[in-house]
Order: sequence, then structure tokens, then C-alpha cells
Amino acid sequence: MEKPYRRRDLLGIRELTEADIRGILDTAENFREINAREIKKVPTLRGKTVINLFFENSTRTRTSFELAAKRLSADAVNISVSSSSVSKGETLVDTALNLDAMQPDCIVVRHGSAGVPHQLAKVSRAAVVNAGDGANEHPTQALLDAMTIREHKKKIQGLEVAIVGDILHSRVARSNIHLLTKLGAKVRVAGPGTLVPKDFEFFIDAGGGDERSLQVCPHVEDAIQGADVVMILRIQRERQDSAYFPTLREYAVHYGLTNDRLDLAKKDAIVLHPGPMNRGIEIASEVADSSRSLILDQVKYGVAVRMAVLYLATGGSNV
Amino acid sequence: MLCYDLHRMPDEKSLTEKSRIMDSARMKRAISRLASEIVEENQGAKDVYIVGIRRRGVPLAERIVDKIAEIEGEMPLFGIIDITLYRDDLSTVGASPIVNRTELDTDIDDKIIVLVDDVLYTGRTIRAALDQLMDFGRPRKVQLAVLIDRGREHRELPIQADFVGKTVPTKQSEIIRVMLKEYDEVEGVGIFEKPSE
Repeated sequence: MEKPYRRRDLLGIRELTEADIRGILDTAENFREINAREIKKVPTLRGKTVINLFFENSTRTRTSFELAAKRLSADAVNISVSSSSVSKGETLVDTALNLDAMQPDCIVVRHGSAGVPHQLAKVSRAAVVNAGDGANEHPTQALLDAMTIREHKKKIQGLEVAIVGDILHSRVARSNIHLLTKLGAKVRVAGPGTLVPKDFEFFIDAGGGDERSLQVCPHVEDAIQGADVVMILRIQRERQDSAYFPTLREYAVHYGLTNDRLDLAKKDAIVLHPGPMNRGIEIASEVADSSRSLILDQVKYGVAVRMAVLYLATGGSNV
Repeated sequence: MLCYDLHRMPDEKSLTEKSRIMDSARMKRAISRLASEIVEENQGAKDVYIVGIRRRGVPLAERIVDKIAEIEGEMPLFGIIDITLYRDDLSTVGASPIVNRTELDTDIDDKIIVLVDDVLYTGRTIRAALDQLMDFGRPRKVQLAVLIDRGREHRELPIQADFVGKTVPTKQSEIIRVMLKEYDEVEGVGIFEKPSE
């Protein structure tokens, strides 16, 4: 199908340039003010339709996209898999074509398999925004993380960021690695060997040896040592039966972020977590509730980031 | 298809200047007069809230604020409006225009708002600014101050200015440019000819 010229998909951070990323972040920065108004609504996307197509459960991301659309005056429709005809055997492409026939301006999609948003973008006339695809990417999460970091550190260039946890299954980690290294930060990842493959260093090709912008550390402590930002990933308890690590308790002891471990980071280090968090497992409650934890800021900025993404994706004509 | 780089500006076609209608001294005097008229009309600076419309209305509004403070010994309130999200041509302008921040930190309820812009032409920018103001509250009164009024014949909406620096009858093929040191190399107002396509 011929693609409308002005349509702009957001499929992943990997596809974006550094300037693209800065453009989205700067726009999001200016949308923040709207969320602090008494009347949190602007008429910008009046008459546009946004479909939230979620094949995986989500409360935070879906609500965040829905609020973002509504605060821009777009009409938002939520479709979750349990109530859709997908469970009646329809293929993904047919679902997409059917939705497309209703002429939405943007489809926000989350799916358990990597690449679904890309498939959808090929057949759909609407702009496609990836809200998480398998273990591939979750671009808006990385953007809101970057916004939180920028707010507190004033820059991203030159920062040392530790990402701890289940890197293997994490789309949040992948999007963040793309974004942070594109903006000039150094990223160190750590976690159980089964979840942090050594080869992961070659996930992005940049530099070599100690100068690599992405490093895999053998111990959590090595990754956290001297970090400006500590990003903790959720342990996906639903994967517990796959025996990536012995017990949750053991995970907490060896990899959980405690105050002692956080003391290894820079004094003004900040802590991020994409949620939903397992208190006492990957993050100790005293860390999660401390002033260094910016978990609720992340959620707050999420709405502004998604407003910016929807504005940029649907702004201008889509014919 | 994937292009979110907002800072890449379209090629700015070089425009030819036909005449310079204000130099920096004349501009300064016009701003002084606008400030005097605003305080005269509103009997002082009490409850007066000067709101600049981005971009070039903002430095002009700041100068009016300073001048009013000088005349009255009292600072009027000051704010900034960005009308991008309230534009009525978003689906026709092509790439999404850059969004900037609106800064109305003081409540606008019961205030006398004076919107400040550089040029009044079709009136559509002012319509957008008015819509946005109404989303912020209920001002007692809204007035409009512009440095240049291009004349009623260009108006596409029933909007007029209360305070005008200079009225300049122009043709549609002409562009009026208010140049300010905050954004440009020189200060002044010039009439330029649009390049023929």
C-alpha cells in the first residue's frame, strides 16, 4: 500500500537519529505544562482518532496513552485482546486492515511478539506507535526515562547508567540502550548470567574494549559503582518456572537494589524503575521510597512524552 | 518517513526588502507610546497582565512591561502564550510545527489581559490566543496591542487591535518582518516581497 507521505511511525528508538530523539524530548518538555493546568486539555488533535490496540495486559502504558490522546482532544478507543476478534482466529494483518478501514489516524500497539508494530505499519494507513513489542523495544518508556534523567541531570551526554536485572527479556533495556548510547551516555548492564548474556555487548556496535558505550558487568556492584543513574528492571515473575535463577529470595540477596548497593553509585545518583515493581525483590522498599527514586516522576513524564509522540505522529495531514 | 528532527528548518528563501518602515529608534518610541496608552486606558498598571504571543510578541511584551514599570513605578503582570496547539491549520501546514511552552504563572481570572504581538494580519493567531486564554480562566477584559497592523482588508475574523504602533497598508504578496535583537541581527521593521514561485 502506498504510504501517506507525512505519516510518522514510532516503531523503535533504533530507527531514530540523535536529532529525532532530541526533537521528541524537547516537544515533550513543552507538553508538561498542559498537564499542570486546571483544564488539562488542548484542541490540537480534535477530530483525530487514536486506537490503543493492546494484545498484552497493561494498565500504566495504556492509561498513559489514553490520557495523552484525550488531553490533545483526540478520540481514543481501547481494544484489548480478550475482547477482540483476534481470539476468534483473525490474523494480525486482517485485524489491522479492519481497524484501518475505520480510518483512525494513529494505532498504538502492544504485542508479545517482536516486530508486530512493523508489520502493522506496512499495511496500515494510520501512523503506528509501538507501545512494546516482545523483547524488542518500548520506545516511549525509554523516552520518558530520558526525560526524567534530563530533568535531574540536565544532560545525558557523558552520564554513566547502570541497568540491572532481566536484560534478556527486557524491551525497556533495549530501547534505553539505543537511546542512551545515541545521546552519548555509557551504559553498563548486570544481572544473573542467565539473563545477561556476555554477547550482549555486541547488541550495539560502538567502540571496543573499555571504551565501549555498552558493557556487560559480571557483578551488579561493578555496574552500579560510580553510576549517575541506576535503572532497575522488573523481574518477570511469570517467567519464574523457566529457572533462570533459583528463587526470588536469592535474586533479592544477590541482585536486588539495596541502600548498601546504591551507596556504590555517585552521591547524587538517581534510581529509575519502569514498573510495576516487586518490592523487596529487585528493589528494596527503602530505596523505592527514598528521594533518590524517581519512579513516580517517570509515570508523570510518561503522559507528556506520549502527547508529544501522538502530536508528532499525527500532526499535519495524513493524506 | 521517520523524521522527528524538529530543528531542521525548511530552506529560508532569501527575501528582498522593499522598504524599511521603522528603525530601532522609531520602534522604541512606538513601544513607549503603546505602554503609555495601555496605562492610560486602564488607569494604571493595577491588574494589568501583559501577555506576549510567541515568538516575536514576547520581546515586545517584555519591553512594554519595562516601560510601564518606568511610567507607573509598578510592574504589571507578565506571561507568555504559545498558540501552536490551538492553530486551526494544523492539518494543512504539513510537518508538525514546533511546540513551545505557555507560561501563565499568575492566575488570569479578573485580570486585564493585554495580548501583545508583532503583526496583526488575518487575526487567526489572535483567535488561537483568545481560545487558549479562555482555557486558563476568565479574565475581566482582553485587549490587543500590536506593533504593526496590516489593515482591516486582510482580516479573516472580526478582530481588531486596541493599541497599534503603526498601521501599514500592505499587499498580500508582501511580508512584514519585525526584526528584534533577540532573534535578528538588526532592529527594525521592513516590508519584503514574497519570492515568486
